[in-house]
Amino acid sequence: MNRGQPAIQGYQAGRSRERSRDPHLHRYAQRAAGMTASEIRALFAVASRPEVVSLAGGMPYLPALPMDSLADDMASLVAQDGMTALQYGSAQGIPELREQICEVMALEGVCAHPDDVTVTVGSQSALDLVTRIFCDPGDVVLAEAPSYVGALGSFTAYQAQVVHVPMDDGGLVPDALHDALRRLAEQGRTPKFLYTIPNFHNPAGVTLTVSRRSEVLEICAAHGVLVIEDNPYGLLGFDGQTYPALRASDPDNVVYLGSFSKTFAPGLRVGWALAPHAVREKLVLAAESATLCPPTFTQAVVSRYLAGHDWKSQVKTYQEAYRDRRDAMISALEQQLPSGCRWTRPDGGFFVWLSVPAGLDTKAMLPRAVTQRVAYVPGTAFYADQAGSRQIRLSFCYPPPDRIKEGVRRLAGVLEGELELLATFGSVSPRTVAGPQSPSPDTA
Amino acid sequence: MTERTVAVLAGGLSHERDVSLRSGRRVSAALREAGLGVEEWDADASLVTRLLKHRPDAVIVALHGGAGEDGAVQSVLEMLDVPFVGADPRGCRRAWDKPTAKGELARAGLATPDWIALPHATFRDLGAQAVLDALVHHLGLPLILKPDQGGSALGAQVVRDPTELPAAMVGCLAYADTVLAERYVEGVEVAVTVLEGGDGPRALPAVEIEPESGVYDYAARYTAGLTTFHAPARLDGAAAAAVGELAVAAHRLLGLRDVSRTDAVVTEAGVAHFLEVNVAPGLTETSLLPMALEADGTDLGSAFGALVERAVTRCGR
Repeated sequence: MNRGQPAIQGYQAGRSRERSRDPHLHRYAQRAAGMTASEIRALFAVASRPEVVSLAGGMPYLPALPMDSLADDMASLVAQDGMTALQYGSAQGIPELREQICEVMALEGVCAHPDDVTVTVGSQSALDLVTRIFCDPGDVVLAEAPSYVGALGSFTAYQAQVVHVPMDDGGLVPDALHDALRRLAEQGRTPKFLYTIPNFHNPAGVTLTVSRRSEVLEICAAHGVLVIEDNPYGLLGFDGQTYPALRASDPDNVVYLGSFSKTFAPGLRVGWALAPHAVREKLVLAAESATLCPPTFTQAVVSRYLAGHDWKSQVKTYQEAYRDRRDAMISALEQQLPSGCRWTRPDGGFFVWLSVPAGLDTKAMLPRAVTQRVAYVPGTAFYADQAGSRQIRLSFCYPPPDRIKEGVRRLAGVLEGELELLATFGSVSPRTVAGPQSPSPDTA
Repeated sequence: MTERTVAVLAGGLSHERDVSLRSGRRVSAALREAGLGVEEWDADASLVTRLLKHRPDAVIVALHGGAGEDGAVQSVLEMLDVPFVGADPRGCRRAWDKPTAKGELARAGLATPDWIALPHATFRDLGAQAVLDALVHHLGLPLILKPDQGGSALGAQVVRDPTELPAAMVGCLAYADTVLAERYVEGVEVAVTVLEGGDGPRALPAVEIEPESGVYDYAARYTAGLTTFHAPARLDGAAAAAVGELAVAAHRLLGLRDVSRTDAVVTEAGVAHFLEVNVAPGLTETSLLPMALEADGTDLGSAFGALVERAVTRCGR
């Protein structure tokens, strides 16, 4: 700790070497100011150890993939098409894959032309490009409360101001959206866009009801607000159910982001943006400056996979694996957690959103959880405004059901311990911890 | 010197795993550059088997927090008759428990800020507010709360207002079951590395810590650029000597070995107060020990290479 100004008798300046340990400090852009080490993030280093049940990261359950056959595919890809698959490609992505992407989106009612698809390095890159072309520093963007941590990271990187809009079990609340837009209008501000995850929300686990979809679109259209629809989990409904994409109803005012990370494999980093053609022009130019082109090799891998495998059956396999895990988590939560806890019951996707009793601070209790060998992501990671101190994102996608049950048992013990502390010290205001509070993507 | 094979233990399951992995990588690279053969191992269920199979000439424990600093891993190394750099299990345990270390130094007449260590149960059983009131009355404000064990400032918080105490207590108790409350002494914060050579323990130049935010917390420690360090510390000759003597005294009194790092604060009057001592100091790019070595005209590879030789010789190899 800094213990006041140096005031030692005979204090000698000048003979000592001053070290900041970073000779480039004066060169960083303002947007790098928030990029600091975080004790919360450091705790996730422990989460990758097998002794810890990690309910933190959102890593897909890759053991469900047919690895041998994928290995054969990749070998033949190199042997037959290596000259193109290992070469630079178009900034917009390879045409065959863009056509296939349109077929994938058709499953959720989207009618699109391959020319309007831009393949990106995962949909995270699409999100970055969208923010880059629309947001100046200080611009307002709307996002659900809570929202995807990676999206908040992109918005922060471009110095946009996030205004959260409440959700309930039916997803984004249209009245709340309307209120938020009215309040902003009173301040003379119009958000650049609404960022929304309608299906099997990360982190909230809820889905926007069908009736609300048209309401949300109408409100945004009336206020001149673009919609960014992020839909990585849409095909992962546990009963095979899908919902109509927002883009299907309003092609001119929705930019749709898709991904193969959850339906196939995240290591390939293949996602896409479907945008109105004028926006697409900008996206392609922005993509060119960011990455030249998306990886040609992994695009070809995905294209071959879609053409040569029963990929819909693979998606069904994923759905079943995640449904078993969801069931294990929900039943463990019902049996183990102390009273006063509430949680969502997702019908698809990867996440349960847990609210703990008033007075507990989920960020402050994470070290105790790690000591008890269980990890989760504190709710504050999913807000741009320090909210979420009573919430936790629990991920059920990776650990097998018996490990999920064990993790919830440990979490219950941690919550009991925290309730005891609360009884001793009373309600406490959350501590502020700087820096990123979510795990890196490779934390199981 | 024949080529030594060294196993660097880093990682582990403590809250400081991330820092430990960085320390391990850094010291391993330095030792390789110095010509030693180095293996980097995690402290996991395969460790004992690995030690017995590979029998390294010596082990460097770069595990921070928990089993690496409380003497547990050192006890295992002793049982397996594997030479290792650093304090023996008894010394580790004395240093690891901050109230114990402070008590030893206070008994020897050395300055350390007044403190009280209390477990959660005491607050629960005797009434938190009454005990907190007594704490503030006894130590005054500001005070600093720390977990009684552990490092990297995890869970530590300066309290300037009584209303901040409950939240700070809960934050602290997330890392340990017992809180060390310490009077907050104003002054220049320094870290003094003690290194043992042929002439016994010797203090390296003190490193002065000047965090940009005013608080040397986790982010300030591990984000390059958030803290300015001065090496040697900008102390006058007497104060520099006093803090060096304090660190050597702590090293001797607690029965430490090879290397330690004492954190201290030097007041306006030039009095050096002992805060805590680390038996497995951080070795990362932003750590204090490598800076002290540099200020002393040496480097991590040479210093730890020499400590490896000491460990091997000590075991009669």
